[in-house]
Amino acid sequence: MRYVTVFILSLIFWLLLTFRLSVPNLIVGSVASLICSLIFTRYFITSVYKLVQPKRYFWFLVYLVVFTWECIKANFDVAYRVLHPAMPIKPGIVKVKTSLKSELARMLLANSITMTPGTISVDIIDDYLFVHWIYVRSDDPEVYTSIITGKFEKYIKNIIE
Amino acid sequence: MTEILNILLYIQIGLSSVCLYRIIRGPTIPDRMVGIDIFGILVVGICAIISVQTEKSFILDIGIAWIILSFIGTLTLAKYLTGKKLNE
Amino acid sequence: MATAIFICIGVLFNIFGCIGLIRLPDVYNRLQSATKCVTLGCCSILIGVAIHFGISDAFFKALFAIPIIFFSSTVAAHALIRGAYHFGAKLDKRTVKDDYKDAVK
Repeated sequence: MRYVTVFILSLIFWLLLTFRLSVPNLIVGSVASLICSLIFTRYFITSVYKLVQPKRYFWFLVYLVVFTWECIKANFDVAYRVLHPAMPIKPGIVKVKTSLKSELARMLLANSITMTPGTISVDIIDDYLFVHWIYVRSDDPEVYTSIITGKFEKYIKNIIE
Repeated sequence: MTEILNILLYIQIGLSSVCLYRIIRGPTIPDRMVGIDIFGILVVGICAIISVQTEKSFILDIGIAWIILSFIGTLTLAKYLTGKKLNE
Repeated sequence: MATAIFICIGVLFNIFGCIGLIRLPDVYNRLQSATKCVTLGCCSILIGVAIHFGISDAFFKALFAIPIIFFSSTVAAHALIRGAYHFGAKLDKRTVKDDYKDAVK
């Protein structure tokens, strides 16, 4: 079942990317998706039934809006720091605890942290995420945990777990 | 419209030469790799602007292929930086 | 017209990113500014291209390039910054905090 899902998704992806419905194109696409689904299924999808629950898509849309807004804010933040003559930076690497368990959710959280204002994720060891921060605003672990991961963790938990 | 696109294309090419400056000048090896990574992303922007100018869509394919190859190259270089062998 | 506006915004963000690539002091801060600004700039350019072509094959190509750029650039930035730390690149002298040093040892 998992293999069939990945096969269909990658075939749709191929057809949209080439945008031509002819027999040779379909044959090449099916062979390529078959190889991809045989190799990569065990890395990505753990349960197919999560794909057909509509409330996850609703949370994904909410997450997309929040994430885009944070991205735009991040760009103006970087522009302010770069164009300011004195360059107001105070960098540091901080340790943040995360409560997400699955691999995909952690990957999404690390990617979100990389695109938000002033932070970039360095490494993940056990439950701790190491984050390079361009302007360390406080020394209290609870405060910076809520600043860095608080905005995204609840959405990602609703989407994936 | 065409003049604006021309100016933007020249600015984008100038920004790629900024990355080349960082690659040549960078004091340490990681600095040069950052330059290579950013150069790969800027090329996709150049491809997109050229595809608007010439009204041909296959140039976007070149951009997609370029970003994937640059991604694999960056991962390999980063693996080299951590000091591991390539098959780990 | 919308195409020109989106491409202008994208090139402006790219300029900010490249200024950061020159001005900022150490490799971690450079990576931070460059990855954020250049990724969003190229996404904005691609949105402009998708608007210009309308519903056709180029529209889907441009829209698919956006998530590809997003994931590949963030994952590459993560791999590069981790590699730079293990390589031994020095943190800037203005750095106030380094929790990762204890975890690696």
